Amino acid sequence: MSISVRNVSKRFGDFIALESISVDVKAGSLTALLGPSGSGKSTLLRVIAGLEKPDSGSVFIEEVNVTGRAPQERGVGFVFQHYAAFKHMTVADNVAFGLRIRKRPKDEIRARVAELLDLVQLQGLAKRYPAQLSGGQRQRMGLARALAVDPTVLLLDEPFGALDAQVRAELRDWLRRLHDETRTTTVIVTHDQEEAMEVADEVVVMNRGHVEQVAGPRELYEQPANEFVMSFVGQVNRVGEAFVRPHDLELTLEPNGETPEAMVERIIHLGFEVRVDLVRDDGERLSVQLTRDEAERLELDQGQIVFIKATRQTVFS
Amino acid sequence: MSRLGLRGFAIAYLALILVAPLALVTYRTLVEGASQAWQALRDPNTIHAFQVTLTAVAIAVPLNTIFGVICGLAIVRRRFPGKGLVNAFVDLPLALSPVVVGVALFALYGRTGWFGPFLGRHNIHVLFALPAIVLATIFVSVPFVAREVIPTLREIGNEQEQAAHTLGASGWQTFWRVTLPSIRWAIVYGVVLTSARCLGEYGAVAIVSGAIEGKTETATLRVDDEYQNFDLSGAYAIALVLGLIAIAILVLMTYARPKEQRA
Repeated sequence: MSISVRNVSKRFGDFIALESISVDVKAGSLTALLGPSGSGKSTLLRVIAGLEKPDSGSVFIEEVNVTGRAPQERGVGFVFQHYAAFKHMTVADNVAFGLRIRKRPKDEIRARVAELLDLVQLQGLAKRYPAQLSGGQRQRMGLARALAVDPTVLLLDEPFGALDAQVRAELRDWLRRLHDETRTTTVIVTHDQEEAMEVADEVVVMNRGHVEQVAGPRELYEQPANEFVMSFVGQVNRVGEAFVRPHDLELTLEPNGETPEAMVERIIHLGFEVRVDLVRDDGERLSVQLTRDEAERLELDQGQIVFIKATRQTVFS
Repeated sequence: MSRLGLRGFAIAYLALILVAPLALVTYRTLVEGASQAWQALRDPNTIHAFQVTLTAVAIAVPLNTIFGVICGLAIVRRRFPGKGLVNAFVDLPLALSPVVVGVALFALYGRTGWFGPFLGRHNIHVLFALPAIVLATIFVSVPFVAREVIPTLREIGNEQEQAAHTLGASGWQTFWRVTLPSIRWAIVYGVVLTSARCLGEYGAVAIVSGAIEGKTETATLRVDDEYQNFDLSGAYAIALVLGLIAIAILVLMTYARPKEQRA
């Protein structure tokens, strides 16, 4: 294991951020810590980096107990949501910071900085100041700066959270490719389940200072461990005791003898996909996901009465 | 009120309150004659008075700069009991009349004061000597660097410092390479304000220095001295030099400040 967190607890005043949490991160993997705000995911990342001191428990990096060590002695790279760029330094000086602290020879620093700026596609901007860069460029600089010192683990705290949707998707893609090249053990914190599923090999779902489930993206979606994971990762409808994904609901115009009728409240066209919002007699709402062709075949209209059938459902005991 | 009216009001106010007296001092100095003014400035007692003032500035400004930065870092970055009290006390000299400071120093160092008898036995002279002038000057100029540094430290936050730590920098390295460069303009502003305050200090120094001509007289005390002796040309000349130093500092600061990097 590259990172092992053992029974770590952390409180801020009355708020319990982490409650005796244990997590393992495999060497060379890209792991996402996923959870709603207040779930403790950022605190866990900061505990791993040494930026936050746990009240109890231990942290191991490459089998070494680093719990008592300061951040500068842990060999981690950290990328901040709001970049934390050194504003008074040029892009090149930002990237060179860790190397200068380590007193590497000048030629080596120059070569390494050039190589990293190439890697993050900021070649022409070496002499700019952070204020002259876009958000996406600043974050790539932050990544280059963290990678410069060859960290044993790379920790990213909501790295794309402050960027607009398109840049975010681009950088996410790019991060995945970068990881495939460098194979540096990476932990990324995110509240965006799509981001976690798209970028990570393994997802740690967190909630209220606990780990709810650790699994690959596919397993997480298809075999969620509990209600929380099921409803946090992807959309879900509740039908009686069962949970059903919107795409696992079939609509028919004829009664099927099983389910009560429901009324079409709204039809939303999202391109290939069509979302149909239904409201049942008892006032409960359901969301159904259809392909455009299916929706066309049914010739749905607002106010129409339909019948639903679950093709696949999950019941938690 | 129209925008023009507002601007006109601001300019008229500044002209009446600030510019007119300064311009008049300049005018009077020149009317009395440049050679007379020069004479007054070359007076050994005047030269000595400027030396005393500059000595006080040279000691008070570095001390209060170092104190201001440490105090700012402690207040913004650290948690400790009594922090609110420290924060409030830094501002005390702004609220306190310098005369009160003077009297307080008297109470401490006077013959019947706390430290007075001890100092007297060891033949150390504080009152009516340079140490009292320096102490009074330090007291009245304490807040300025801290007051500039504190909001800047709050604004930049501590993420850059955390980033430096994760990149291997020690606390000391982080201070020199990240924190200090980030607050350097706040420090420059603070130093300018501190210097100006020190140059202009009158009330506290008037009480503790004794204003002995050629010995414990500062430039501002010298202006008063000349004025009381009806040597108006001398008073104007010294006042003009003090005013010019202040303006020179302000101009220097305005031009030294880089334009783009203030993001």
